[in-house]
Amino acid sequence: MTFDTFINQFWPSTVSGLVLGSVYALIALGYTLVYGVLRLINFANSEVFMFSAFGSFLAIDMMGIPDLTADGQYPYKTGLVLIGVLGVCLLVSMVIGGASAVVLERVAYRPLRKRNAPRLVFLISAIGASFAMSEAVGEFGAKNREVYKLPRVFEKRKLFSIFGADVRNDYVVVVVGSLLMMGILVLFVNRSRTGRGIRAVAQDMDTAKLMGVNVDMIILVTFLVGGLMAGAAAFFFELYNGTARYSLGFELGVKAFTAAVLGGIGNIKGALLGGIMLGIIENWGTSIFQSNQKMGTVTAFVVLVLVLMLRPTGLLGESMSRSKA
Amino acid sequence: MSDQYRPGDDLPPGPPPTAAAKLVFGERMAAAAASRRQFFAKWHTLPKPARWAIGALGMAFLYFLPVVEPPIITTPDTNFASLLAGSVVVYVIVALGLNVVVGMAGLLDLGYVGFYAVGAYTVAVVGSAHANLPWLLCLPIAVAVSMLSGVLLGAPTLRLRGDYLAIVTLGFGEIIRLLAERFDWLGAKQGFSGIKAPPKIGPIEFGVLDSKSYYWLGLTMVVIIYILLSRIERSRVGRAWTAIREDEDAAELMGVPTFKFKLWAFAIGAGVGGMAGVLYASKQNYVAPDSFQLKVSILFLAAVVLGGPGNMPGVVIGAVVVSYLPERFRFLDTSRYMWFGVALVVMMIFRPQGLWPRRQHGRRGEPPAADPPPFEDVKEGDPDLEGGAHGAATPA
Repeated sequence: MTFDTFINQFWPSTVSGLVLGSVYALIALGYTLVYGVLRLINFANSEVFMFSAFGSFLAIDMMGIPDLTADGQYPYKTGLVLIGVLGVCLLVSMVIGGASAVVLERVAYRPLRKRNAPRLVFLISAIGASFAMSEAVGEFGAKNREVYKLPRVFEKRKLFSIFGADVRNDYVVVVVGSLLMMGILVLFVNRSRTGRGIRAVAQDMDTAKLMGVNVDMIILVTFLVGGLMAGAAAFFFELYNGTARYSLGFELGVKAFTAAVLGGIGNIKGALLGGIMLGIIENWGTSIFQSNQKMGTVTAFVVLVLVLMLRPTGLLGESMSRSKA
Repeated sequence: MSDQYRPGDDLPPGPPPTAAAKLVFGERMAAAAASRRQFFAKWHTLPKPARWAIGALGMAFLYFLPVVEPPIITTPDTNFASLLAGSVVVYVIVALGLNVVVGMAGLLDLGYVGFYAVGAYTVAVVGSAHANLPWLLCLPIAVAVSMLSGVLLGAPTLRLRGDYLAIVTLGFGEIIRLLAERFDWLGAKQGFSGIKAPPKIGPIEFGVLDSKSYYWLGLTMVVIIYILLSRIERSRVGRAWTAIREDEDAAELMGVPTFKFKLWAFAIGAGVGGMAGVLYASKQNYVAPDSFQLKVSILFLAAVVLGGPGNMPGVVIGAVVVSYLPERFRFLDTSRYMWFGVALVVMMIFRPQGLWPRRQHGRRGEPPAADPPPFEDVKEGDPDLEGGAHGAATPA
């Protein structure tokens, strides 16, 4: 344990923690929305994220962008072309995320809901679906279980620095993009008619049904929105990270779920707060323990336990409806 | 709206009260229970010696499984005895232990692998790596250490409910593995090898290559644990767990010291998990952090839920299915875990209450999964409920 590196690396690790944290927060939304509405852990949300990450790869591949150009350079794009390429990637990721979440709901959850199954069963069904999805990518993907690398379409360079911490252009895109997505989501849940339906179902499903809310539809929309957010998260994560594997979902999903619980699962603002806190704490833990990433994870879990001991329902509490977002 | 509003005027005619559906289910449940009772009644009409003989034959068959290697059941692609000893009996012990926590007391534990790892690492540390205690002493030490870890985890966290407990236990499982990976004293990444083997019992030796003896040891442990746990289940402690599972607040009001009994459930579950860890470590002859990943924990939970949480014969079957099926279908090669996942989803859809669910008392408990409720759910496009307004009833 050395605090020297921690102090030296304080701002750089905070900045990259913020970036990672905003990705966690976006994935955490998928957990938190479904939990708010159905009171169950959507364990397979992590695989929705993983699928969407491969969506970005698929998009790049379809646009015919090679790993390296013929003369051995990175296939950098500029200006409108770059924006177009990234936009297509984001779109494809989100579409794949939304679609796979909807299919997941149809296949793994709805039949159980119709049968009034106990809650544990949903968890196991979700775990089964999650196994099937990640193993399917490992089995049938072009490179099977290897690590996939995304071609670099733009140069990652330093924009400016805060307290000696470099802020790269991809950091800015990730954080701003994630916050934008979350803003849209909060507006959707708070202002739109469907959003009101989501809040109504979260508050009391039976009463909402009596009031004429199409509960099945609302649940489907909730999954769709969670999937779209996971899709966006996957795009931003790939922008920053650039590699993916079939097991990616599991690794990030556990963290994102932790983030959702830390902030108060079922609470949208909680997901944001929990995600960003978790990202930063994890990076601090990593730098305290001589850049051992695993100790970062340990630190994050220890902090989670401490927080839950003091606030048993997470930092912001768990109600989606009461806190209005 | 008219001047005089009578409640119920603007309500659509459907859906009928869910209580009615519950009643229908109650009847079906009763029918299922009746057929089960019939079977057991028939079983109990057999004379006692006959029952004993059938039971003894069944046990003998189980003990001779690795010797007989019956066709169909035996695994063509892996060593059958080794699979039975290193995986199936270990999973059965683990499932029995986890069933105490999840099935009996109703506490969701996603990090059970942590206790299993504690048991395995304890026997490695005190048996060979840092001390040289005999195996028969290692076993109780390992169980005690695992129970202690259960109490240490449970004491601060058992106030949490449901899913919060799940994530904390999940974190615990990960922390144990990551700590073992980090500290050289615990063998770091490569772990320990040369774990102490149980002493020779008569002609039965516990060699590295001989899996049958480990299977017999494991099966004996299963029998002992099964008997002990079923005694506990029928005792005051077991009834307290049932009360906590069904309704914690009501249990507390009725004077059940819920925290104390939850802690006991954690400790006993952890102890059994630790015992499974000891068996596993001795059989494999090595422990390494990679054997204790979160995925293993999830498989453990799948075993319990698949079998029927709260019913001991059920979880035994669940554990056998989870540990045996992927190996039996090894010819599917790497895709077998994908099919396993698909199978989990399908089984959960068709038997949500588990392969062999626990008996329901009275009309309470989860309704069985026969057919979808006949009239409980409103179909999409229902003219009465569609076109209406989400939330239009409440002013914005």
